[in-house]
This record gives sequence, C-alpha cells and structure tokens, in this order.
Amino acid sequence: MSNSVAISIQDVHKTFHISTSPSFWQRLRDAKKNYKSVEVLKGIDLDIVSGETIVILGSSGSGKSTLLRCVNRLESIDAGRIFVNGELVGFVEKNGELVDERPRALAAKRASIGMVFQHFNLFLNKTALNNVVAPLRAVKHLTHDQARERAIPALEMVGLGDKLNTYPSKLSGGQKQRVAIARALAMDPSVMLFDEPTSALDPELVGEVLSVIKKIAHSGTTMVIVTHEMQFAREIADRIVVMDEGVIVESGDPETLFTNPSHPKTKALLSRSNNG
Amino acid sequence: MDFIAGVFSVFPALLGATPVVLQLAVGAMILALVGGLGLALARLSRNKIVRSIAVVYVEIFRGTPLLVQLVYIYFVLPSIGISIDPIPAGILGLGLNYAAYLSEVFRTSILSVESGQTEAALSLGYTPVKALWRIVIPQSFVVSLGPLGNYFIAMVKDTALTSVIAVMEILKTANSINSQTFQTTEIYTAAAILYLLISLPLSRLVVVLEKKARSHE
Repeated sequence: MSNSVAISIQDVHKTFHISTSPSFWQRLRDAKKNYKSVEVLKGIDLDIVSGETIVILGSSGSGKSTLLRCVNRLESIDAGRIFVNGELVGFVEKNGELVDERPRALAAKRASIGMVFQHFNLFLNKTALNNVVAPLRAVKHLTHDQARERAIPALEMVGLGDKLNTYPSKLSGGQKQRVAIARALAMDPSVMLFDEPTSALDPELVGEVLSVIKKIAHSGTTMVIVTHEMQFAREIADRIVVMDEGVIVESGDPETLFTNPSHPKTKALLSRSNNG
Repeated sequence: MDFIAGVFSVFPALLGATPVVLQLAVGAMILALVGGLGLALARLSRNKIVRSIAVVYVEIFRGTPLLVQLVYIYFVLPSIGISIDPIPAGILGLGLNYAAYLSEVFRTSILSVESGQTEAALSLGYTPVKALWRIVIPQSFVVSLGPLGNYFIAMVKDTALTSVIAVMEILKTANSINSQTFQTTEIYTAAAILYLLISLPLSRLVVVLEKKARSHE
C-alpha cells in the first residue's frame, strides 16, 4: 500500500477576482467594474504518494499557499479535480458534471486532512488542552475523558505537557504553533498540510517547530509543506516542487534540485537563500 | 428636612413596583437576546430574502419610537382581535424593539471574530454551522458583553414608558400617588433615586462580567 496515491491534484485552475477600486467614491460609482482577475493557479498536476513528504517552494504570489488551501477546499477551484485518498474533495460528480459537495460530507473529508496555518489560528478562548479536546468532541464525538486521553499525549509529543491549562495569549509563537500541530494530529489525519508554519515566528523559535515537523515526517504521515526554510526543505523533503506564477516549474529529489537546479526560478530561489 | 422625610415616606410604595420593573426588563431582555441573535444570523445569511426580511425588521423597529410601538401593541392590536395584558404587552414591545438594536451588536461582534478561527474549525472538520455555534459565537459574546450591558441598563429605564399602557411600574405608581398627595417633588425624586439604585449595581455587574470573560486574553 505504500505506493498508493494519497493526494492527486489534476489540472487545477483558480482565479481570484480582486477589487481594484482605489477610492471609496469610485467604488460607489461603478461597483461592478473595478475587478481585476488574477489567475493564481494555471493548471497544476501533482500526485503525492502515501507517506511522502513534499515541500513546495516559490516566491510570494507563486500560488503555493493557494494550492495548499485548495486541497481541503478552504479555497474553491474553478477547474480540475483534487482527490484525497481516492475521494474527490469539494464536489460530487453527477452525470459527468461537478456539483458542490454537501457541507457535512465535505467536513468529514476535511477531518482527515490536517492543516497547520501560518498564524496558528488557535481558539483564543480555550486553553492548550481544550484547543485539542474541542474538535475531538465536536467532530469525532468522543466523550470528554476519551478526548483528554488523546489530547494529552498529543501535547506531550510536541513538548507541551506542562502547558495544558495555559491560554494561547500566554504562549510564545513557537508554543502556539506546536499546540496547533498537536490539535491537527490528534484528529488522526491521513495527510497533513503545513502553510508556512514558521513564517510568523521569531527566528529563535523556528527550530522548535521544525523539529516537531521532522518528528511527524519520520512517523510516515503524508505531508505537504509550504515553506521558505530552504535548509529544512532539503533535509526533510522526499520531493521538492518549485512553483512560479501559478505553474510548477520544476520538481525532483532535494539533492539533485539543490546541487543542480535546472529552472532559472529555482536557481534564483536557491541563491537568495544561500546569501541569507 | 421635611423634604427628605417626604422622599423616604413614599419610598415603600414605589419599592413595591420594583418587581414589575425587573420582570419587564428581564423578560424583554431574554426576548431581545434571542430575537437579536436570530436577526443577526439572518443578516449574515447567504439567502437574499432572509437577509432582506431582517433588514426591514430592523429599520421598522429602529425607525419608529418605542413609545409608539408600545401604544400600538396595547391599543391597536385589540382592534384586530389580539388583546394582550399590560405586562406581557410591555415585555413584547420592549423585547421586539431592543431585538433590532441587539441584532447590530451581535452582527458586528460576530464579524469581529478573525476569519482564521473559522478556517481552523473548518479544517478540523467542523461543519460551517457547527463552527459558527461552537467557535465563532462564543468568542463574539466577549465582544458583545459591554454593549449588551449598556442596552440592558437602558432597558431598565425604558420600562418607564410602559406606564402609558397601564403597567403599574415605578413611574405609574408615582403618578397615582402624586394625584392623591400632590407631593410632586418628593415623589418624583424618590422615583429617580430608585431607578438609579437599580441601574448602578447593574453597571458594576457588567464591568465585572466583562473582566471575567476577558480573563483569557
């Protein structure tokens, strides 16, 4: 089973319609005219094998975060298909046409796709423990005791066994992100998505989060990571995908890609990180 | 000294009307909270018809005087066969009116919760409805608490308007004592003091509750 495809992204297109009106009054005058269309994903194809760790690199605006958000349908797609564990996400196929999936069915699929956000998005009114417990109760319908039994080891795994009753406001950025990782992992997802997990952190807090992510990678979970941490990408990735302006420009194993990049964009990314 | 003694002498009679005031205020506030939250959710609905109904409701109840609404419920509705006793009519009038204002409080506080909270909930497998009820609305209450407290205190004072629809609350009681004794100054001073005695602890309570709700920040 190790070769089964966990995530299959097929010819995905996505366009954002951004309001460009510079002023309030202009917006009032012609409300519908001032929209600019930006195609952020221009036909992405990517198959991710079960157990694989994929790192997506690319400069800001390359569409890498959007692609990640399309996988659990926090963003809708305009064309193409995304399958997770063989199941279409966000749509059902009816007589050859794609129809929006029912909220309940979509929610069930999202429960098996863990996601970690750049800005942590911890529930601010809940302690570290209850951040992990709440979704186990609300989504997995566990009892309070069952949920605690699963939440505590998850928090211990990320090294926060002593912060169970601490509110997010009293945690450092690195600790918040580790709670967020524990919260996602406790749901026992089949794939994990990381959307720039260290970009909002102070430099000295990056290491603790990266080491937790490495630990998960070694456990064999399928992972897709969007990051700017080049050294980390090189160490952790089974395969690196480089995106630029909505397309995949290069992909391959990290050693080949780092020692012998073929696309100019990849070269530019690598040289920038070497200088920094 | 006569004046102070006079104020004290009418106090017991007015105090007897306090339970009615509390009954009106608490009853109407419960109605306004439920109605206000319902209207706020309707305003945020994706369905255009549901949204429009809520907008029209808010505009009507916010755009006409509460006094007129109370009179309408008590004196006009009977002409189409709906007769309501004074206290229930007062609760209904105050509640429907305040629901319009509270809907704005709820709507803006729901919108003030960061979208990241919803996204996190959705990514964990909450349905949109569950995310709203379990994650967004509880957090929005922290934001609403202060304004809700203000409206509750305003409501306590607005119960005085129900005197025109024959509710024997503090003002109506004061009026009837005045028509017998003509101690106008003493009576209405006592009434004003009584309203203040109800309002002041309430505003302290709001401050304490808000502090407690924000303790995690």
